[in-house]
Amino acid sequence: MSEDKAPLSEERMQAMYRDMLRIRRFEETAFELFEQGEVMGGIHVSIGQEGCSVGACSTLREDDAILTTHRGHGHSIAKGTRLPEMMAELLGKATGLCHAKGGSMHIADVSKGHYGAHSIVGSNMPMAVGIGLAFHFEGKGQVAVVFFGDGAANEGSFHESLNLASIWKLPVIFFCENNHFASSTRVQYATSVADISARAGGYDIPGVTVDGMDVLAVHEVMVEAVDRARRGLGPSLIEAKTYRYFGHSRKDPQFGPYRTEEEWNEWKAKDPLLVAEEILGVTETQKKAHLDAVEDELQDALAFARQSPEPEPDDVYEDLYA
Amino acid sequence: MPEVKTRTISYSTAINEALHEEMERDEKVFLMGEDIALSAISPATAGLGDRFGHERVRNTPISELGFTGAAVGAAMAGYRPVLDMRRIDFMMLAIDPIANQAAKLRYMLGGQVSIPLVIRAPEGGGSQNGPTHSQCLEAWFIQVPGLRVIVPSDPADAKGLLKSAIREDNPVLFVEYRALYSLEGPVPEGDYTEPIGKAAVKREGSDITLIGIGSQARNCLEASDLLAREGIDAEVVDPRTINPLDVEGLAGSVRKTGKCVIAEEGHKSGGVGAEIAASVQEAAFGALKAPIIRVAALDVPVPVHTKLEAIVLPSTEKVVSAAKKLLS
Repeated sequence: MSEDKAPLSEERMQAMYRDMLRIRRFEETAFELFEQGEVMGGIHVSIGQEGCSVGACSTLREDDAILTTHRGHGHSIAKGTRLPEMMAELLGKATGLCHAKGGSMHIADVSKGHYGAHSIVGSNMPMAVGIGLAFHFEGKGQVAVVFFGDGAANEGSFHESLNLASIWKLPVIFFCENNHFASSTRVQYATSVADISARAGGYDIPGVTVDGMDVLAVHEVMVEAVDRARRGLGPSLIEAKTYRYFGHSRKDPQFGPYRTEEEWNEWKAKDPLLVAEEILGVTETQKKAHLDAVEDELQDALAFARQSPEPEPDDVYEDLYA
Repeated sequence: MPEVKTRTISYSTAINEALHEEMERDEKVFLMGEDIALSAISPATAGLGDRFGHERVRNTPISELGFTGAAVGAAMAGYRPVLDMRRIDFMMLAIDPIANQAAKLRYMLGGQVSIPLVIRAPEGGGSQNGPTHSQCLEAWFIQVPGLRVIVPSDPADAKGLLKSAIREDNPVLFVEYRALYSLEGPVPEGDYTEPIGKAAVKREGSDITLIGIGSQARNCLEASDLLAREGIDAEVVDPRTINPLDVEGLAGSVRKTGKCVIAEEGHKSGGVGAEIAASVQEAAFGALKAPIIRVAALDVPVPVHTKLEAIVLPSTEKVVSAAKKLLS
């Protein structure tokens, strides 16, 4: 049995739960800051989708790569991105991960294998193929995981990337978070298939649909895909069905023109944190301890961000050319 | 200065030599593109697949967006990909990874990555290939900060600048002029590079400055020979790279002659010539004795028929006539 396939220890399961809490509380805090006008630029929160980010990233090594999207706080945190520098980026500070050049939509922490949030929908998939190609050249068993939404599965880049990764048998995992809406456009309207994972068949690679609200179920399908990729057997497509509780972005209400409160409540009843508490067996005492620790970490991150300097005018040319 | 030993080779052979030498020198360099590994459809990539194997000389499907984005990813992960676009017209399918990703990632990610990527983009008309296979589009890309744009006009520059481009830690659009592929010229022997960002005087003169971009540097040299027969001593300057643009290198010549014609194969409106004319007048307005004139492709697509194509494209004759108009 490979290392990836070893059963999850109690410690690892608790760590997964804590990561989900870290994401939830980070994004709730960020959204409050955003509403108070403290965030520089827009943010897109992934609250409701934590089972996907933690279920997926909990299978990865630090030297594996992820690429994410404009809705990428969750994946960033789950992959180990430094929270103080991430918070500083949201607040437009010089100490931010992107030196206040990228903002929330371009969080990256390459030292942790996070090759960036990419805000042009679908643009990250070809780049993941290239990182997978580099890993193939290196031969160290690293994998690249690219997160994208249901909307991106209708971009040409999705299809070209699946084809390239398949013909070259690259260690790339295409992880589609189907949260049912591309901005306001419902997936059933925009997509030719009921399950996006069915598109894997067109590229002769494994495709699986999983309950994205269940962190363990996501973890298990990822373990299979990661194992395949590390053994040189090529890419996989995973579709996790999930739901975003918030609107697409600032001006977009939680429900209204494109979804009902009833539908919203149905998904909230399957909240990934509630599901995790049950299946991982998190006690009230443990939950309280996790919450306290997460709160301390967040307050430290926020203090760091608030105390950090803003960029200087001369920084405008910094990092344009190597 | 020690005498540099040269031999005469073609523009495409110079490119081929640069690719061989840089792949030999650095194992992180690899090539991707359509039909580059087996069939040697282009003389620029001949023999590379046999020499370095098909892992490093990697044939791609017809998938410009996919393999260009993949090259950006591989560059982020520490490799030095060199892409072969066959024609710049096909590169339009890959604008997002070039303009939104390669050019911006280093800046946008606070310097966490560099993108040592070279995109070889052959281009140009004169072969009756029509509107979608004849374009010169380098002007589009000087609007993209973060991207180097190189426009070599002879074999020596093609080799020396391509080797520099492959060693550069920034993304580079390396434009090649199909009309120049068979052009022969002296190229120094051995490991030879040319600096990115330096214009070159290709012919010294005192009466008028002819600035030629890419294929039109050749036409400007031919024009200078014709003008010499009429007693006009033209200086020919080649910017060689248009991001960065060596404004001082160009303005220096204009300060000497006071008159300037700029020739390019791209369309006139919003072209490289427009940018150079604006920059040169900002730097040397006091020295100008006449307006700067641009010779460029007409603002219509490049048609197939030889007669129509010749009307649209710039030529040696058009450069001569522009120069004479300025001097009259």
